[in-house]
Amino acid sequence: MDEDRRKFLKLAGVAALGIGSASLVKTVNGKERRSGKFPQALEGKRWAMVIDLAKCQEHEGCTLCMNACNQVHNIPHFDDPRHEIKWIWKEPFENALPNQEEDFLEQGVSKGPAVVLCNHCERPPCVRVCPTQATFKREDGIVMMDMHRCIGCRYCIVACPYGSRSFNWQDPHLGLGDINPGYPTRMRGVVEKCIFCEERLAKGKLPACVEACPYGALTFGDLDDPGSKVRKLLKSRYAVRRKVELGTRPGVFYLV
Amino acid sequence: MYDSGKVITGLLAFAVLVTLPFWYTAAGGKGGFRPEPKLAPGLEGKKCVESKAFMRASHMDLLNLWRDEVVRQDLRVHFSPDGRAFEKSLTNTCLKCHSNTGEFCDRCHNYVGVQPYCWDCHMEKKLKGAE
Repeated sequence: MDEDRRKFLKLAGVAALGIGSASLVKTVNGKERRSGKFPQALEGKRWAMVIDLAKCQEHEGCTLCMNACNQVHNIPHFDDPRHEIKWIWKEPFENALPNQEEDFLEQGVSKGPAVVLCNHCERPPCVRVCPTQATFKREDGIVMMDMHRCIGCRYCIVACPYGSRSFNWQDPHLGLGDINPGYPTRMRGVVEKCIFCEERLAKGKLPACVEACPYGALTFGDLDDPGSKVRKLLKSRYAVRRKVELGTRPGVFYLV
Repeated sequence: MYDSGKVITGLLAFAVLVTLPFWYTAAGGKGGFRPEPKLAPGLEGKKCVESKAFMRASHMDLLNLWRDEVVRQDLRVHFSPDGRAFEKSLTNTCLKCHSNTGEFCDRCHNYVGVQPYCWDCHMEKKLKGAE
């Protein structure tokens, strides 16, 4: 008798699974539904950014790139540094590029600040530690955040050697002014960071910070394409990256 | 059986009482309250991204699919069965037409007791006429 019941339960389980998956297929994929990309989308194999520090530092106190980013992505402003949300910001040179201060004095860039953002590492430690795959590396090299999956454990914040990630300790709506309807806001309890404006790339636009810099200090392009602007800059100028010794292979380069 | 008359009568009365709503409707009485989502003005005759029946039954599945495809696969355009293309966006595609979320979305959501948290993030302003 017991044996029979056991068999029955097994069978019922399998049947339920079958019915469940069948209905899933029916409701989600039952109809032929096609998806695609915008025809104007920018495609790359390894997106990267080159920052010309000398050009950037000519304009002391300039925050155009940061303002543009904050506006486009509905990034809240909180005065309390513990609640700060940062996607792109300035750090003193010795903090951004430690131990690289003394070598390149001809331009004097080690005296001023450096613009920092997520490095979109080729081997991102944040992705390795994320327990829910809320943060993941896309095929084009962008380290992406899926806010829907983030459970707020903050392992990624610990793992990131660049401090590129911020946690929403309180409702971000409290720190928002005008909301850009073109981009969602976030909720309390998720981690956020720069996503290389993947939502703009998908519509054929360059990242907001690159577009906002009138001095051409920020250059965006495909590292995999030898003819790209970033590759040309890297060929002609000396560039450093942040904490290369960690083996994360950052995608943000600094011309010094 | 002791008191079979009372027991059976009682059981019958119980069965009738419990099924009363069904009898009431079957006898031509007006059914209970049903939510009636109201389209925003000017939407009559316009086509949604999928058929009305599909959207009514499966809009939540479609939205979940959109979410995953946009965020994780970078597929941002939805093609209707008749070939029309739409950006997959709750705020900028769905709510552009269905601007009266209070009368269109909340009525049913409240009735069936679901509280979708999509709008915690995906909205540009306070929902119009939220109930």
